[in-house]
Amino acid sequence: MFALVDCNNFYVSCERVFQPQFQKKPVVVLSNNDGCVISRSDEAKALGIAMGVPEFQIRNEIKQHQIAVFSSNYALYGDLSKRVMEVLSAFTPDIENYSIDEAFLNFKNTNTTNFETCGLQMKQRVQKWIGLPVCIGFAETKALSKVANRIAKKFQVRTGGVYVIDSEEKRIKALKWTKVEDIWGIGFRLSKKMKAFGMVTAYDFTAPHNEDFIKRTMGVVGKRLRAELLGQSVLELEQQPEAKKNIAVTRTFEKSITNLSELKERVSTFATVASEKLRMQKSCCYGLVLYLRKDKYKAGNERYNFTLYETMPFATQSSLTISTTAIKMLEKLFQPGETYTKAGIIISDIIPQDQKQFNLFVEENPKHEKLMKVMDDIRKKTGERKIRLGNQDLQRTWKMKQNFLSKKYTTDFKELLDIKC
Amino acid sequence: MLAQNKLLFFIPNTESNIEMPYISSGIKAGFPSPAADFDGTRVSIDQIVVKNALATFYAKANGNSMTGAGIDDGDILVIDKSMEPQDGKIAVCFIDGEFTVKRIKVQENSLLLLPENKLFEPIEITEENNFIIWGIVTFVVKKL
Repeated sequence: MFALVDCNNFYVSCERVFQPQFQKKPVVVLSNNDGCVISRSDEAKALGIAMGVPEFQIRNEIKQHQIAVFSSNYALYGDLSKRVMEVLSAFTPDIENYSIDEAFLNFKNTNTTNFETCGLQMKQRVQKWIGLPVCIGFAETKALSKVANRIAKKFQVRTGGVYVIDSEEKRIKALKWTKVEDIWGIGFRLSKKMKAFGMVTAYDFTAPHNEDFIKRTMGVVGKRLRAELLGQSVLELEQQPEAKKNIAVTRTFEKSITNLSELKERVSTFATVASEKLRMQKSCCYGLVLYLRKDKYKAGNERYNFTLYETMPFATQSSLTISTTAIKMLEKLFQPGETYTKAGIIISDIIPQDQKQFNLFVEENPKHEKLMKVMDDIRKKTGERKIRLGNQDLQRTWKMKQNFLSKKYTTDFKELLDIKC
Repeated sequence: MLAQNKLLFFIPNTESNIEMPYISSGIKAGFPSPAADFDGTRVSIDQIVVKNALATFYAKANGNSMTGAGIDDGDILVIDKSMEPQDGKIAVCFIDGEFTVKRIKVQENSLLLLPENKLFEPIEITEENNFIIWGIVTFVVKKL
């Protein structure tokens, strides 16, 4: 038996743990830089606040309905997420942290027989110990547990937040209820294709006469998904989160830039941040993409997006090498007299650092590795990028708009919850 | 013709998380230090104050209503959310929009929040109040 445990409105719920006055009130959490809404309380959803809507578009609603607004506080969410995962792993050793607020559990190595009770216990414990509400769906396959979870969430009052698909009758009923666009792994574009072919529900997706079409359009992925929905478990838990295949750091500038050296500073900073991420996942890369955007309005009908791809002679994770390569690419791509509004670095061709192949002729200076380690250690210790490359601006801080940030209640002694007594 | 053997090199992962205890006495032939086996078991305050790490949170006390219970202004409270509230326990409560810490006394039809300082009055909790017990205070960390 598999289970999918999903935290309800996770970021909002995390904020409410330490600020219970916002229980039953409309709350939203904004993305990095306070851009768009990325988590909404049920009350905010009921007011018609859409997922992903930019903050500036809903300022009237925020004022009118007194919606509480938070900047995203990943230090807090990360810690609470870890606690949730650990609470769950007491129920079964086989757990996959699918995302910050979702986990797949497999119960094959347990002697649990009553999953309804087990689910209620898990839900109750996460609520009591950490203060977060979750919903849980059980079924014989991962894809079906996802469906069961949707039902548990949609009918929380009736199900108590836990739903078990444990019979053919329930499976068919659940699939008939699930819309094709809500199937796990069916995105917007695929669902359009499926609908055009006449599929409306997940049940249609499993119908024999659609099998060929699914294989044609989705290949083996579709075949597996179909089997899973039919109740044949073919997807196992993924124990190791897969390393990212691409790492992108792109930003729109606060003010547009015309000057090459200023642009170099930005590109170099983006390159070092991307390299840090690369080292954090213990990988190397040998491909690099530089992206530049000109002022769209000045460009008129001309092209305004520019990219350049380059491969490096050896796989690297050094900020120095990646930054130097990026700067060389910038010199090629840059056009004097033009106004740029955005730039970005995308690291591609990523391989695990221990599978790096030696190059017979060119090799990186081995000192880089040690230097990077020192830079990373200092950054982890101080939380700041104290050591920077020569072409980076030393005064400039990596600024992020966080006007509505709550405290790091659980990860910083200076920011503990304050309790009157 | 020679078979073409492709060589694939691997770089050893030097960042393995397996940590080895450092044996400060060094390793010599002869009689080993009888204490070597007991290395690495240094005590930590966490072992005493944290019963259930997943449900433990810290907070800072702000005020003087609980001085009689040993909670002074600025102390750090160790809060266990997994413990059940019981009569006589000191709890972190959230009442009408504010956190407070008090000793709980269960009465027939209501709950009393008792301060431990004569200058403060008990608070009676009725159904009117928006009230939750957030967690139980298990230890206090204070600077002397």
